[in-house]
Amino acid sequence: MRQKIPTIILIFTVILITSCDVGEGNVDSGNRLGILHYGNGSEPQGLDPHVVTGVPENHIVRALFEGLAVKNPYTLEPEPGVAERWIFSDDKRVITFFLNPDARWSNGDPVQANDYVWSWQRALDPAMGNQYSYMLFPVKNAEAFAKGKISDFEKVGVKALDQRTLEVTLNDPTLYFIQLLDHYSTFAVHPPTIMKFGKSTDRYTKWTRAENIVGNGPFVMTEWKLNRRIVLKKSPTYWDRDKVGLNGVVFYPTENSVTEERMFRVGQLHYTAGVPLDKIPTYRDMENTPYVQAPYLGTYYYLLNTNKEPLNDVRVRQALSLSIDRDMLTSTVLQGTAFPAYSITPPDTLGYYPPRLFGYDPEKAQELIAEAGYPNGKNWPGIEIIYNTSEAHRKIAVAIQQMWSSVLNVQVTLSNQEWKVYLDSVDQMEFDIARRGWIGDYVDPNNFLDLFISEGGNNSTGYANAVYDDLILKKSTKTADRESRYQIFYRAETMLMQAMPIIPIYTYTSKHLIHRSVKGLPSNLMDSLNLKYVWLEDLKKEDR
Amino acid sequence: MIRFIVVRIFQALPVILAVITATFFLIRMAPGGPFDSEKAVMPEVKAALEAQYNLDRPILDQYFSYLADLGEGDFGPSFKYPGRSVNELIAAGMPVTAELGFYALIFAVIVGGLSGVIASLHPNTWADHLPMTFAMIGICVPSFLLGPSLMLLFGVHLDWFPVSGWGDISGDKVLPSITLGAAYAAYVSRLSRAGMLEVLSQDYIRTARAKGLSEWRVITQHALRGGLMPLVAFLGPAFAGLLSGSFVVETIFQVPGLGRFYVQAAFNRDYTMILGTTIFLSTLIVIFNLMSDVLAAWMNPRLRSELFNYD
Repeated sequence: MRQKIPTIILIFTVILITSCDVGEGNVDSGNRLGILHYGNGSEPQGLDPHVVTGVPENHIVRALFEGLAVKNPYTLEPEPGVAERWIFSDDKRVITFFLNPDARWSNGDPVQANDYVWSWQRALDPAMGNQYSYMLFPVKNAEAFAKGKISDFEKVGVKALDQRTLEVTLNDPTLYFIQLLDHYSTFAVHPPTIMKFGKSTDRYTKWTRAENIVGNGPFVMTEWKLNRRIVLKKSPTYWDRDKVGLNGVVFYPTENSVTEERMFRVGQLHYTAGVPLDKIPTYRDMENTPYVQAPYLGTYYYLLNTNKEPLNDVRVRQALSLSIDRDMLTSTVLQGTAFPAYSITPPDTLGYYPPRLFGYDPEKAQELIAEAGYPNGKNWPGIEIIYNTSEAHRKIAVAIQQMWSSVLNVQVTLSNQEWKVYLDSVDQMEFDIARRGWIGDYVDPNNFLDLFISEGGNNSTGYANAVYDDLILKKSTKTADRESRYQIFYRAETMLMQAMPIIPIYTYTSKHLIHRSVKGLPSNLMDSLNLKYVWLEDLKKEDR
Repeated sequence: MIRFIVVRIFQALPVILAVITATFFLIRMAPGGPFDSEKAVMPEVKAALEAQYNLDRPILDQYFSYLADLGEGDFGPSFKYPGRSVNELIAAGMPVTAELGFYALIFAVIVGGLSGVIASLHPNTWADHLPMTFAMIGICVPSFLLGPSLMLLFGVHLDWFPVSGWGDISGDKVLPSITLGAAYAAYVSRLSRAGMLEVLSQDYIRTARAKGLSEWRVITQHALRGGLMPLVAFLGPAFAGLLSGSFVVETIFQVPGLGRFYVQAAFNRDYTMILGTTIFLSTLIVIFNLMSDVLAAWMNPRLRSELFNYD
């Protein structure tokens, strides 16, 4: 027995070690074969453009499908997609799209104007339950159809004039409408494929499986292994295939950012969906660092319940906002990975610069809170900040709690809630202060400012102002000129930040680790990925 | 014996029905629903979604129609992954989780069993203290600490094993299996040491030694069977625990198992998925407990004769 035990242990160890020939990593083989290994954050919900809602889904869907127009990743300006060109009518309400004759579905069928009419009907059909159907609401009568007020789709402003010409009629001259055509909810799907696997509005259908799906994008799917990987290869039928620089892409559901970072370190990934905050200083100090940080179209803010005491007093709201030292918060707690925010719209949203009405001003804050009846925190009723359970949100809340305590001598308590409980609390307005973030769907101030119209589903503050509503809903939509529109937004945002139903805290950044061999993947405000432009440089061994 | 098994199965059915009923109503009581999202959903859209999944019907109605579908083995479509059925998600995740649990159990039995037996043969020497110290550490160190540590040492610094995946790169199953198995190895080690120590002091072992048998034969032929009895009773529930408790390890190593789906389903309020996995796992736990009882009965001569007399 005594002699045998060490032998058994030895054999076990040898088996373990010999079974682990790691060999050539994904990055090396990928560079050789032109295959990008992409950390995509999580397993996609699905790949039906009219069903999905998330960022990981967006990356894959936009590789498999293409909109009428696409965003250039360098400039974010629209450029031809399925439509080779488009013209506006004089009043900017009618757009005629001329479809590229070479645009093909991946089964070889031509992409036709009728496919769009059919697909937009599907996207807007109330039975579809498409959460992004509002992307098409600038189209005439689209909203009425989606809300079941009219049932005749003929009345909706989209028409196929012939197989290659699509006419879209808008309610108002909507400058950002062309941008929305790169959003998956406005994509065309292949009608015969969908009908083969069920009704047009079925959510529970097999048409998006690797063996069934038919798309019109630069890539086609060859494998979808649940929670493991999704493999795409370059599409042989895509009209602009000569410009596609990759032979394929492999998407990994990298939920755990710590593991993802390690996968990157050992050469299993070219690109990570995120970077753990505590690793960022190390990466930032590296020579030739793979760490890439860029401004991102999103704002982190606190919702204030303006229906409840003491937050129903504008002076209290302003005092709270003025006593947050955002520079300190972003440089210490957030390690320089965010910018201080003083407005809801991030600066330079396609040339729009929001007003900056205030800064860190403890004296003014103390005056205001005294005027409101709480001098040096006297009579303060005590309020609560709620946030969804997360270490990052907790750290920020703790810092702000300290700042309020030291500047205003007011006490707030913190309460973390599980995600769906938190959503429910926000929806029911059962809070004093709630943490919130908003990431833009398209690059336009409207996408941020229309959150706070009186009836807005995302308002959740009790803020209601008829003048504000009029500026956002009526005045801005009737204006076709960018400059005068931005003036209207500036006015509205000034009103909003004076009333302070929200406390803006910081503007987001996108953060990724990107291997040096990856080219054509520029940072942009939308963190928008257009895989068509990406290519890999096969580095020499010593450069890796 | 057969009667014993049949009786136990009939005892298990009400347990499973109670699990279904409790889960069904408890998840409905949790705040928030499957279609709440950060960006407000239009009321018309929410109504359409609820209609598609029959959530607009009275709750008792939903309960009975769920039971009826369940009778046909249909767990329904997932809410979170609209194109997938719960059956499919379980079928995709279960084999991976079972394989992971199996390797972890093998690791636990080999490493834990060996060290426990060795320790019991040399009580209160370094050959006892050393493995028992490791066992204590193994019990105390949680897998969310052990996993990343192993990953950092063997994956990143030594580059022996991949840091994530399952069956994609050779060797990627090693670290998750060890991480999951470590705590169980520690238990196994302590159980087998205690069991062996007790048996080794019995009269029949002294008799065997007195007959002049070699120490090897005394241990393998006489002591092990009795000494490892507590281990057998532990293995059934342990395997069930490995199946339902592998969530942390699956998340750390990005293993595409059932555990990840299960926990996420709860966060997402994916009602059908929560129900499906709960029913599936609780049925498995019942089965493993039963098997473990049967095995224990078979290994214990006194119980065995009693049970065989039933037939």
